[in-house]
Amino acid sequence: MHVPDAFLDAPTSIATGVVAAGAVALALRRARTELDDRTAPMAGLVAAFVFAAQMINFPVGAGTSGHLMGGALAAVLVGPWTAVLCLAVVLLVQGLFMADGGVTALGTNIVLIGVVTTAVGWLVFRGLRAVLPRRLGVVAPAAAVAALVSVPAAAVVFTALFAVGGTVPVENGDVLAAMVGWHVLIGIGEAVVTGLVVGAVVKVRPDLVHGARDLIAERTLEIRTTGTSA
Amino acid sequence: MRTRRFYVVALLVALLVAGVGSYYASAHPDGLEYVAEKTGFLHAAEDSAASDSPLADYQVVGVDDARLRGGLAGVLGVLLVLLIAGGLAWAVRRRGRPDEAERSADEPVEDPAKRR
Repeated sequence: MHVPDAFLDAPTSIATGVVAAGAVALALRRARTELDDRTAPMAGLVAAFVFAAQMINFPVGAGTSGHLMGGALAAVLVGPWTAVLCLAVVLLVQGLFMADGGVTALGTNIVLIGVVTTAVGWLVFRGLRAVLPRRLGVVAPAAAVAALVSVPAAAVVFTALFAVGGTVPVENGDVLAAMVGWHVLIGIGEAVVTGLVVGAVVKVRPDLVHGARDLIAERTLEIRTTGTSA
Repeated sequence: MRTRRFYVVALLVALLVAGVGSYYASAHPDGLEYVAEKTGFLHAAEDSAASDSPLADYQVVGVDDARLRGGLAGVLGVLLVLLIAGGLAWAVRRRGRPDEAERSADEPVEDPAKRR
């Protein structure tokens, strides 16, 4: 859903640019708590993988396609703040070097693909983890469901932005229905890729999965100490 | 799996996906583009200021072979993203040892050798 230049008017693009810059600035400060000598290389690799996966458009029927957005995947693997940074770098490289997504639309794309999918994905993931059994086996399915929800969520936010600052008058209800409908289908692809990748990493190196850290601590220490945040 | 081996495998997967897999990607418009066309606002899109980049549209300018043209752009993109995102993460990470010992306790063969 890389937004090209001129879909949104200048004020809206400036507003999303400001929001994106604020989110990245906050993420730069908060990501520190998620990153250490072992997880920092993970962040680079997750960003690289998301970039690669975004090149693979899969067909979703009737002449349409979609690709991984990756916010939920990155949030579960490296933590939500680091995920925002990862996605921002992916979108920056795509926008400036690959001409994928507009340049003046960079803020919009960081908000939609970087912030919304990460935030929604992480919140759904945490919500599911809270009600599901505390086992490593639930991490990948929870990530998949979070990924599924994150894609139509971004579609809804795009529709809202277009309703406010779209450069062409359209029937907002039509855009909303079409955007959500197609992006639920794309979200299924997002869920499959996210579930498989998170499942694979959980299997070989669960300790490198941010969203499974609390389970690892339990498993290895047996005793839960106070003050360890999830 | 040792940490370094894991990193290498992950990088190889990303390079393969971008360098080889991307050739087989669907060429259909993506969800947004499709909806924009159907609901009548696709024409508003303007060419990006970066559209004359040597890597624009994931195609390296001046390479004749279609497979190589796209694959090379994918590989370059992956490496660029890895460097920027990895560098950024490395720069803002927590320094020092403390939880290194506590959290890698379950790693069977983790080498404590500091990388860089």
